[in-house]
Amino acid sequence: MNDARTAILERVRGALAGTERAAAPVPRDYRTNPARRPVRQDLLDLFVERVEDYRARVHRCSPEEVADTLATVLRHRRAVVPEGFAWPVPHPVPGAGLTAAELDRIPAVVTTATLGVATTGTLVLTHGEGQGPRAFSLVPDVHVCVLPADRVVLGVPEAVAALDPHRPQTWISGPSATSDIELDRVEGVHGPRELHVLVVT
Amino acid sequence: MSRTFLGTPAFPEAARAALADPQLRRNLAHATGTIRGKRAAVVAELEETGEWEQLRLAGAAIKDQTLHHLDEHLVRLEESLVAAGAVVHWARDAEEACAVVASIAHRHGLDEVVKIKSMATAEIGLNEALAAEGIAAWETDLAELIVQLGDDLPSHILVPAIHRNRAEIREIFLREMAGAGRPAPDDLTDEPARLAEAARLHLREKFLRAGMAVSGANFAVAETGTLVVVESEGNGRMCLTLPEVLVSVVGIEKVVPTWADLDAFLQLLPRSSTGERMNPYTSTWTGVTPGDGPQEVHVVLLDNGRTRALADEVGRQALRCIRCSACLNVCPVYERTGGHAYGSVYPGPIGAILTPLMRGVGTDEQVDSLPYASSLCGACYEVCPVLIDIPSVLVDQRAQVVDARRGHVSHVGESAAMKGAAWAFGSASRLAGAERLAGLAGKFLGRRRVDPGGRGVVSRLLGPGGAWSEARDLPAPPRESFRAWWRRTNGADT
Repeated sequence: MNDARTAILERVRGALAGTERAAAPVPRDYRTNPARRPVRQDLLDLFVERVEDYRARVHRCSPEEVADTLATVLRHRRAVVPEGFAWPVPHPVPGAGLTAAELDRIPAVVTTATLGVATTGTLVLTHGEGQGPRAFSLVPDVHVCVLPADRVVLGVPEAVAALDPHRPQTWISGPSATSDIELDRVEGVHGPRELHVLVVT
Repeated sequence: MSRTFLGTPAFPEAARAALADPQLRRNLAHATGTIRGKRAAVVAELEETGEWEQLRLAGAAIKDQTLHHLDEHLVRLEESLVAAGAVVHWARDAEEACAVVASIAHRHGLDEVVKIKSMATAEIGLNEALAAEGIAAWETDLAELIVQLGDDLPSHILVPAIHRNRAEIREIFLREMAGAGRPAPDDLTDEPARLAEAARLHLREKFLRAGMAVSGANFAVAETGTLVVVESEGNGRMCLTLPEVLVSVVGIEKVVPTWADLDAFLQLLPRSSTGERMNPYTSTWTGVTPGDGPQEVHVVLLDNGRTRALADEVGRQALRCIRCSACLNVCPVYERTGGHAYGSVYPGPIGAILTPLMRGVGTDEQVDSLPYASSLCGACYEVCPVLIDIPSVLVDQRAQVVDARRGHVSHVGESAAMKGAAWAFGSASRLAGAERLAGLAGKFLGRRRVDPGGRGVVSRLLGPGGAWSEARDLPAPPRESFRAWWRRTNGADT
């Protein structure tokens, strides 16, 4: 395999021989464009509108209302609870040590999120405290995500700048979906078919 | 089973067959029309603010910069991956890449793997290579599953089963799912939601028992060793998360220098591709994360013709491609012929340049026909999120095809005609003589008629030019040349 490495790097250098390698600077105006900030709406309204566009369900609540809202959304369903999840859940299943096959038999999961992205209606999970490993928010059919409102950022540039690439990340924009049949969007394939977002203000 | 593109006839012949299929044309027109509308709406949001053009310029510049220093970025990527606990392999061609993947599966004693849709693994024919080694590769993307179960070929970069409608998909599921695992429910209808549900149930057991997954990557970050997969259904997340072993086959042009560079591409790709502000799921991972996801992570860095494309100064911009497929959806040729006619996993305008650039021209008639599979209307360039000037590359590739085939028997007539023209244009007296001859010949030439613009045309030449003029009108040569008219009237005297 070392031969292949040497050969490929040599081919690359050969292909670029005679090419001026001086790098033109990358224009980054897309980050600073003043028109990006919404004028008509505040950030949180924009986030809620964009999340709802994907047919995810958004519930706004105060910190005191989180427990009740969780109970309403989950109804009688059992829910996986990752370590460090701070709110009470009516029928909790402790997440530690669950296998994928065990997760598959539990209808719901609750997590927090590290960030919300307003312009795209995206939740970003980095799978630490309160979020659990990546399989938690994937295998159960209902995902309920609690997001403190102050974690909502404007757009993708702000999110990328704030995130740590060394952590695994899952960016979630609405429930699992496909457009593979006649390019019609259908919600619900392999990931959770129901996504609830509790925005805590 | 699995068919391949081997033996696809040259584009004009393959296109003729595709055009004769009315069902295919209906399916394609409907699907490409839908996606064009969705893309236009979400791109317009960013055009209003001026961001879209800024993003395209940034995307193109990042990719160009990376390609100009590709050797350095690849070495950096390798270092970062190794530091994060991944194993890095290099593969010069398809055969080497397939051998790496098969040997990893063998080492774990596995006879099946689950797969995320990936252009790179389709390009190298991984499924067929693994099957030859006794390893079943299960496609888990819905469209790939439709193609695999139907023993069909992909026809679109994003939606490989774009040529199938819901009724056809239902048929395939009812007929074929039982042979591959959990059968489709007997009461399956052709409602997309029911079809998606059938795929969910069919694949769930495969995800839960899989020991190894194979993926591609949309981006590979040199600075950190982070790989990125952008998807919709969650099958990607299943593959990237549940099995113990993960192998990602990554084309060497997928590298981007820094994590921060992703902020441009994660805006450009989903809007161009599925016409969404953001695709449902994007996964990023950096080597091995203890206690979360695969504990053995491999990355295969694949050349397979990419360095050949890199050496082409006009064509190397094709390596900026982020596989969004926007150019397919707007292409008037693709919309009518579909993807199979291009004879490659890369169809449409991007395929028409990528295939000849990666394989080289002058040896395979099918490859040489691809740069001509275009009307050069430029719609592809207009939508490309990384500003690949596809029409210019097509024209340059055509020139390369002609150069490579100079002296080739079918072109002898054309090159003799060109040589004759060069000789005639080379001197004033020879040109005058030629014009006199043309004027005379014009009187006797095939059928003369008047075109809608009022110009006299010859619609069918006699003799060796007959085939050439089958689809072209030729302006009828004037009875009297400009020179002769000038001599007769002394110009201004008239």
